Amino acid sequence: MSATLDFTPAPGAAPFPRMVLAQAGAEIKAMLRNGEQLLLTMIIPVLLLVGFSVAPLIDVGGGDRVAFLAPGVLALAVMSTAFTGQAIATGFERRYGVLRRLGATPLSRAGLMLAKTAAVIAVEAIQVGVIVAVALALGWQPQGSPFAAALLVLLGTAAFSGLGLLMAGLLRAEATLAAANLVYLLLLAAGGVVFPLAKFPASVRPVLELLPISALTGGLRAVLTGGAALPLGALAVLAAWAVVSLGVAARTFRWE
Amino acid sequence: MESPAVEIADLVKRYGGTTAIDGLDLLAARGAVTAVLGPNGAGKTSTVEICEGFRRADAGTVRVLGSAPDAAALRPRVGVMLQSGGVPPAMRCAEWLRLVARFYARPLDPGALLERLGLSDHVRTPYRRLSGGQQQRLSLAAAVVGRPELVFLDEPTAGLDPQARHACWELVGELRAAGVSVVLTTHHMDEAERLADKVVIIDRGRVVAEGSPASLTGAERQLRFRARPGLALEELLNALPAGSAAKESPAGHYIIEGQVDPELLATVTAWCAAEGVTADDLRIERRTLEDVFLELTGRELR
Repeated sequence: MSATLDFTPAPGAAPFPRMVLAQAGAEIKAMLRNGEQLLLTMIIPVLLLVGFSVAPLIDVGGGDRVAFLAPGVLALAVMSTAFTGQAIATGFERRYGVLRRLGATPLSRAGLMLAKTAAVIAVEAIQVGVIVAVALALGWQPQGSPFAAALLVLLGTAAFSGLGLLMAGLLRAEATLAAANLVYLLLLAAGGVVFPLAKFPASVRPVLELLPISALTGGLRAVLTGGAALPLGALAVLAAWAVVSLGVAARTFRWE
Repeated sequence: MESPAVEIADLVKRYGGTTAIDGLDLLAARGAVTAVLGPNGAGKTSTVEICEGFRRADAGTVRVLGSAPDAAALRPRVGVMLQSGGVPPAMRCAEWLRLVARFYARPLDPGALLERLGLSDHVRTPYRRLSGGQQQRLSLAAAVVGRPELVFLDEPTAGLDPQARHACWELVGELRAAGVSVVLTTHHMDEAERLADKVVIIDRGRVVAEGSPASLTGAERQLRFRARPGLALEELLNALPAGSAAKESPAGHYIIEGQVDPELLATVTAWCAAEGVTADDLRIERRTLEDVFLELTGRELR
């Protein structure tokens, strides 16, 4: 009862950048605080990188193990944050009425989506920093242009965000949780992340190569391991996934 | 002329086959506290959620501060307290209020507001670990932190202990004193009587009565007493002045309405003496909103 408060109306929205920054900060904190999500975004990729680099448990098809694994694990990290983490978090935000409550504040839906995107990119930057540091410590010598790799990561982020939001917008929160983890596992296994696509039967390979995770893994491997300039095929596949998934998500997303 | 806080005409809302709101009209004045009172399922929350822009009306017009309810320009001007939820479960109490405050140009100090609502000891507590009453108070804080012109409070005191309920009432009083328009829903008549400048009683999606608490309960007073059931009231009525009414409802509870003055009291007690009954718990009181609701709908408010 000690504090005096002046309730006299003084309405007004904060400047747009301040709102987006505030929300992005809250989203980043939530992602880094969530144990299950950290397992998915940090611990599993690093364990796969270290484990399979050090122990010859899988056949990476000859050549330097870490040079094969590092791009795949980077792609996995992008998928875990942009797709799995975002789908699950958004599904539960809708379920808990958080999206509805935020809709009653001056933060617009466009501002909220921008904040979510910024938060995903910020967490990816941390992931990339950690994974690259670990890979370098394992003797990785990346080739190619960092710019081309960044472009692939950005397009991959757009494609996976679209798919994650599409799933979160259509399914119940619990179903999203289950489905997002299942898709993560399937794409981890079938997207050339740690098992080379060359090991799969020739009949299914063309289909697998069209998966967004394969395009991202293949593109990053072409640049960082093969020193390619711009892997146009991979970029085109990712761009197509991004346009379609974001377009459909924008039409079907239910905020409540 | 300044537009009213809320103006609703002929509102209809259906969910599937059921009609939740059935031709509702409502006017909430600026700077006043308007209480929407009714039993669960009367359409209170649907009405408020349409005003908040969360749901679309099937028919009728709704204006909030003169604008369509979903207008983006309304968001900074209108504060909203949902009936439940709306906060990420892992978010800490103070973190949430600070986040919401940062969406506004001239917010109240979140720390001072938390202190005011008795949440100072829980600033670092995640939302899911707060008690129901604490969650309610945090939602109330988030509704007012942006210094809105109008706040919608959906069942603001549901689940609060008496002390927290009084703190909430006090806050609503301060909002009103500061010139904030308040629209709240409740099924507690004491809350509506105590807080509201205007009460709108709704039942089955329609307004059944509206006005100030005093005009609804009337200046009329009642004489009530308890005695053995089944007394013959006709004789008593003959002895009372014209225009008086006497009823037994429920059995053993007697209500005499009319010009309640010393003479009427004397007549009733004399009649009781003649009947050989002792009138227990005899008292003179005003009607409550609960009595009004019961008379209008034939049902209890809760």
